[in-house]
Amino acid sequence: MSAKKTLFDKVWDSHVVHQIENGPDVLFIDRHMVHEVTSPVAFLGLKNRGIRVMHPEKTFATADHNTPTINQHLPVADPLSANQLKMLEENANEYGISYWGLGHEKNGIVHVVGPEYGITVPGATIVCGDSHTSTHGAFGAIAFGIGTSEVEMVLATQCIMQPKPKRMRINITGELQFGVTPKDVALFIISQLTTSGATGYFVEYAGDVFKNMTMEGRMTVCNLSIEMGARGGMIAPDETTFHYIKGREFTPKGAAWDKAMDYWQTLYTDPDAIFDKELTFDGSLIEPMITYGTNPGMGMSIKNDIPTSDMVQGGASTYKKSLQYMKFDEGDSMIGKPIDFVFLGSCTNGRIEDFRAFASIVKGRKKADNVTAWLVPGSHKVESAIKEEGILDILTEAGFELREPGCSACLAMNDDKVPPGKLAVSTSNRNFEGRQGPGSRTLLASPLVAAAAAVTGKVTDPRELMKVEMA
Amino acid sequence: MAYDKFTTLTSTAVPLPIENVDTDQIIPARFLKATERKGFGDNLFRDWRYNQDNTPKTDFVLNDSKYSGKILVGGKNFGSGSSREHAAWAVYDYGFRCVISSFFADIFRGNCLNIGVLPVQVSAAFLQKIFAAIEADPNTELEVSLPEQTVTILATGDSESFDINDYKKGNMTNGFDDIDYLLNIKGDIQEFAKTRPF
Repeated sequence: MSAKKTLFDKVWDSHVVHQIENGPDVLFIDRHMVHEVTSPVAFLGLKNRGIRVMHPEKTFATADHNTPTINQHLPVADPLSANQLKMLEENANEYGISYWGLGHEKNGIVHVVGPEYGITVPGATIVCGDSHTSTHGAFGAIAFGIGTSEVEMVLATQCIMQPKPKRMRINITGELQFGVTPKDVALFIISQLTTSGATGYFVEYAGDVFKNMTMEGRMTVCNLSIEMGARGGMIAPDETTFHYIKGREFTPKGAAWDKAMDYWQTLYTDPDAIFDKELTFDGSLIEPMITYGTNPGMGMSIKNDIPTSDMVQGGASTYKKSLQYMKFDEGDSMIGKPIDFVFLGSCTNGRIEDFRAFASIVKGRKKADNVTAWLVPGSHKVESAIKEEGILDILTEAGFELREPGCSACLAMNDDKVPPGKLAVSTSNRNFEGRQGPGSRTLLASPLVAAAAAVTGKVTDPRELMKVEMA
Repeated sequence: MAYDKFTTLTSTAVPLPIENVDTDQIIPARFLKATERKGFGDNLFRDWRYNQDNTPKTDFVLNDSKYSGKILVGGKNFGSGSSREHAAWAVYDYGFRCVISSFFADIFRGNCLNIGVLPVQVSAAFLQKIFAAIEADPNTELEVSLPEQTVTILATGDSESFDINDYKKGNMTNGFDDIDYLLNIKGDIQEFAKTRPF
C-alpha cells in the first residue's frame, strides 16, 4: 500500500524528472508565464547560449508591471518602459510565444489573466518571474515565483531545480463574520505567522472557510502566501474549482476534460497524511484587518491599537524604525487616521469580486475630497465585467474613475506613484518602505476597508457603513 | 553561463543589523527597467543610501568609509519579498560575493546561489558575535570557506559551520550553472514531457 500523501506531495512528486542526491529535484513545469520586467535577461541568456525555447507552447507572455493605466492607446512615454515592452514583444515573436501585450483584448496582470483564460489548471506546476505566482495555487496547482536565472532555465529546458519544500497545513474553521473578506483572512494569518513564519514551507489551506470561499477569494489568499515567506500555497480543487475553469479557452475540452477530471478528483490530501507543521485558527474570530507597519506581518484588527514594542516578536529597533517611517506611534488607534490615496487593484485584489465589494460600499456615497483614488482592474476581462454589471455607473456616480489594467500602484513602476509622505489604503500585497513610490506610506487592507476609507477620507471600519445600508 | 568560482573568501564586512530587509529596499522597483544585467550596484539600497535629491545619507553604512569589503552581513529574514533577481544582481554588482544572515527568504537565497553570491546562514547568536566584532573594529576580517562550510571571525577565532547542499556547493566551487546540467539531460526531459497530460 502506498504511503499517505498530501496534496502538495501528489502534485510535486508527479513532476520530478530527476532527483539529485544531496541536491535539488529537477521539476518539470507545465505552464510558464512571463512579463516584461523579469524576462529580458533570460532571453538574452538564450541568445548567448545559442539555444531555442524548448516548449514555446507552454509559455505565455503578458505586459503588466510597467504599463500605464491611462491612455494605453498612445505610445508609452517613458523610454525605458517602452523599451522593456518592445523587448518582450520581440522576444515572444522570435521564440513563438503567445503574447498579450498592451492593447490586446486579453491583456492584464499575469496572475489575473492566467486563471481567466484557463491557463491555470489543477495539478499543474506553474512558475513565473514574480513572487505572487502563488496565486495560481488556488486551483490546486503548485505555483511559485522564480528568479530570472530560473526563467531562462524554464525557457531552455522546461524544468527548474528546486529542493522540495516542507509541508504546512493551515486550517481555518468556522464561518467568517459579516464584513470579513478573504484579504482579511490572509492578513490575519500573516500577522500570526510573521513575514518569515512559513519560509521553507509550501502551504495547504484547508477548513470550512476555504471550502466556502469563491475562486476569487482563494486566489487572494494563495496570492499572499509569499508574504509569510512560503514559496506557495494551495487549496484542493473541488466543485467550485471545476465550475470556474470549465469552458475557458485553454482548459481541456470533451474527452480530454473527462480524463483531466478523473485525475483532478484525486488531488486532495489523504487522511492521515503527515505535515511538517499544522496550524488551526477559528475563522469566526477574524475581523477586518489593516497593516500599520512596513511589512505585511505588521497587521491587526482595524479596531485595535498599534502594539507597543515590548509586545512584538523580533528586534525592537527594527520595529521602532518601521513605525518611525510610517509616522505612527506605539499605541495609536488606526481608526480615524486621515488618508490621502486609495488603490483598488493588483494581482491580490484586482478581480471582479473586489470591484463588487468596493462598489457595495461607495454606492450612494461620494468620494471624500481629500482622497485620490486609483481603481485599476486586473485585466480587460475584469474591466468589461465592471461595465456590464453596472458597477462602473455606481463608481462614476460616487465620483470615481476607472483606469486601464495593469500592476499600477502596487509597485509603482509606472506613473501611478503615491507621493512622499502620503498615506495610502491599498488592496495590494506589500507595504514595504517606498513600495508605492519613494517615501510613500501604505496601509494594506481589503476592498471593503479601502472603499470605506475612500468615502470617509480616513481609516474607517467598513462594518459601520454596511450597518447603515442594512437598516 | 558560468560565473565566478567561489572557494574561500577572506574580507572585511559591511554590517546592516536590520531585520526583514526586503527586496524593495535592496533594489526599488523603479530601477528594474533595464534589459541587461549591469549597473544595478549603483542603486543598491537606493532609498536608504540617498536622499530624494540624490545626496548621500551620511548615516547609512554604505556611505560610511569605515566599512567596506566583499561580505554583507544582514539581520534576520534578509531578502524577503519579491522574486526580482535584480536584488541579487545589485548585491553582486556592488561588489559583494557573500551575504551572511541568521535567516534568508527562499527566493532571494536561490537567486544568490544562481548567480554566484554565497548566502551563509548562521545562528542568531553567531550573527550577533559578527556584528559585535565589526562594531568593535570595522577592519575585522571574516573568512568564509566553502570547502569547509565554515565562517570564522579571524580576530577571535570564533567559527561556525553552515549548510549548503552538495550539488549547489559543487556549482559554486566550479562556477557551473543549472542550465548546463539540465541541457545534459535534455533527452530525459523530452521523454518526460510526453507523459504530461496537459
